[in-house]
Amino acid sequence: MTQASPQRAPALSVTGLDVVIDGDGGSFPVVRDMAFAVARGETLAIVGESGCGKSMTALSLLRLQPPAARIVRGAIAVEGADVLALPRPALEDIRGERIGMIFQEPLTALNPVMTVGDQIVEVLQRHLSLGGAAAQARAVELLSLVRMPDPAAKARLYPHQMSGGMRQRAMIAIALACDPAVLVADEPTTALDVTIQAQILGLIRDLQRRLGTALVLITHDLGVVAEMADTVIVMYAGRRVEVAPVMALFDEPLHPYTRALMKAAPSLEAGAAKAALTEIGGTVPPLWDLPRGCAFSNRCSLATERCRREEPPLEAKRAGHLAACWEVADG
Amino acid sequence: MLKRALAHPSLFVGGVLTTLIVCAAVFAPWLATHPVEQMAMRERFAMPSAAHWLGTDNFGRDLWTRIIFGARISLSIALISVSAAAAIGSAIGLVAGYFGGWIDLVLMRVTDVFLGFPALILALAIVAVMGPGVLNVSIALIIVFWTEYARVVRSATLVLREQAYVTAARALGASHFRIITKEILPNTVGPIIVLTTLGLGTAILSESALSFLGFGVPPPQPTWGWTLAYGTRFIRSEPWLSIVAGMAIMLTVLAFNLLGDGLRDLLDPRQLSRAGRSTSSQKGS
Repeated sequence: MTQASPQRAPALSVTGLDVVIDGDGGSFPVVRDMAFAVARGETLAIVGESGCGKSMTALSLLRLQPPAARIVRGAIAVEGADVLALPRPALEDIRGERIGMIFQEPLTALNPVMTVGDQIVEVLQRHLSLGGAAAQARAVELLSLVRMPDPAAKARLYPHQMSGGMRQRAMIAIALACDPAVLVADEPTTALDVTIQAQILGLIRDLQRRLGTALVLITHDLGVVAEMADTVIVMYAGRRVEVAPVMALFDEPLHPYTRALMKAAPSLEAGAAKAALTEIGGTVPPLWDLPRGCAFSNRCSLATERCRREEPPLEAKRAGHLAACWEVADG
Repeated sequence: MLKRALAHPSLFVGGVLTTLIVCAAVFAPWLATHPVEQMAMRERFAMPSAAHWLGTDNFGRDLWTRIIFGARISLSIALISVSAAAAIGSAIGLVAGYFGGWIDLVLMRVTDVFLGFPALILALAIVAVMGPGVLNVSIALIIVFWTEYARVVRSATLVLREQAYVTAARALGASHFRIITKEILPNTVGPIIVLTTLGLGTAILSESALSFLGFGVPPPQPTWGWTLAYGTRFIRSEPWLSIVAGMAIMLTVLAFNLLGDGLRDLLDPRQLSRAGRSTSSQKGS
């Protein structure tokens, strides 16, 4: 657990982060009271359905949230630097150098009219003032680091000439070009074939271990979480509903939403084959029209009068295992 | 690259025609068969012959000579006005589209003011105030043409700035300037090139129109527009004069349009892989 190792300063820490979107009918929250800390070498997974605010959290880390969204409260620190207070030039220095980012769709996240090699050189020039032949050589080196076959030739290709897996490798090479302290991966394998997914995840994990990078992994796939994460945050309607070390979460999911998510995911374990998949009834409530009390109360089978009236606080139910639910007993 | 260019018919034809026309203009003093201003009243309205390749005009001046010298005027006005208009208009379009908000509002309202006037009337008014001549005609055409680039580049920028790779570039620490010049501008090159080459054609037509109306480069400078205009006086008996000048204008406009189409395909790597699949797939696999 990250909080348990205070001797090691976290590479990235977020506290009390609130993000709102300004709409026509006033503003509504998309991320509420987000907080976490990741040290180098650790992996934090943020899981949740589409629209739960996990991508908004990822973008906010570098103040890249869309223009309509606004960070209203909180603190983000990258190796001690206060991201929210930085002037723009200093912020641009941090982006790409201390935090690297991998996006969901590698085709659209690469510039279509620049070769992959040039796009890596671009970053090296920007942050490390590396130019000319040295930058070219480093770009090829980075491509071989991400196990791109025939890296020197691939550096001369445009993104559209590559397969999805190769593009994602190129994205990873760009994100890791400056050896950042933190790597943020926003659904890095969602757009890829299943076989390629496993390769890319394996690659990210290997590189993270080798380079000692802190990894923030945004995903909706519990299988990916189980494989990669040290700590897990489960998000629902913009809020953390459960925070736990990965083993604890899968051994004993506490929040009804987490339990429902696990029942909705297929499993290959013995005995699980017979259990039918259960969907979660109802839909995620719109963020501008959240129910009073617990946001999950309208879909929760355990919901009581109190759940519909008062929002449960996120509190420790077990050692190092937090959940936001009135119905989960302390133990 | 050259192989691909040769494989593209309109690029090839446009390129060859443009090269010929530019060469004719550059080497006009050596290609001319007669002095530009030499009149020979006995040979007026001569049909094409060995002595006068394209015939003569109403003063007996050699038309071939006057057409290739006219190419110098037309091409230099077109190049100056279109490149300046493209640079000014694209810069304004990029800034307006990228930053949006009140910057966009102000720049686009200014553009609207210029767009509000009919192009040729505006050019006429400017030349009427500043007086004729190559430089003044060019300035007038710049003032008329830049709005088109501003509008097109702005709307392309509005789309491009929302692309994931622009967010990705910001996530890598790129400044506004870097994003505009490295991420957005190269992706607007396609529309800019198409506009530029079409614009070269339009500029030549506009310059000819101004000369036709007597507001362009004044005689005795051998402009195509003036030759065409003057030829209409004799069009019933001696249509040759107008036809030759008109052909020169038409061929030049056609050459630029073909070249523009071809260049757009050649410079856009995505278009390329579709047009010349065999070449790029061999390299890409």
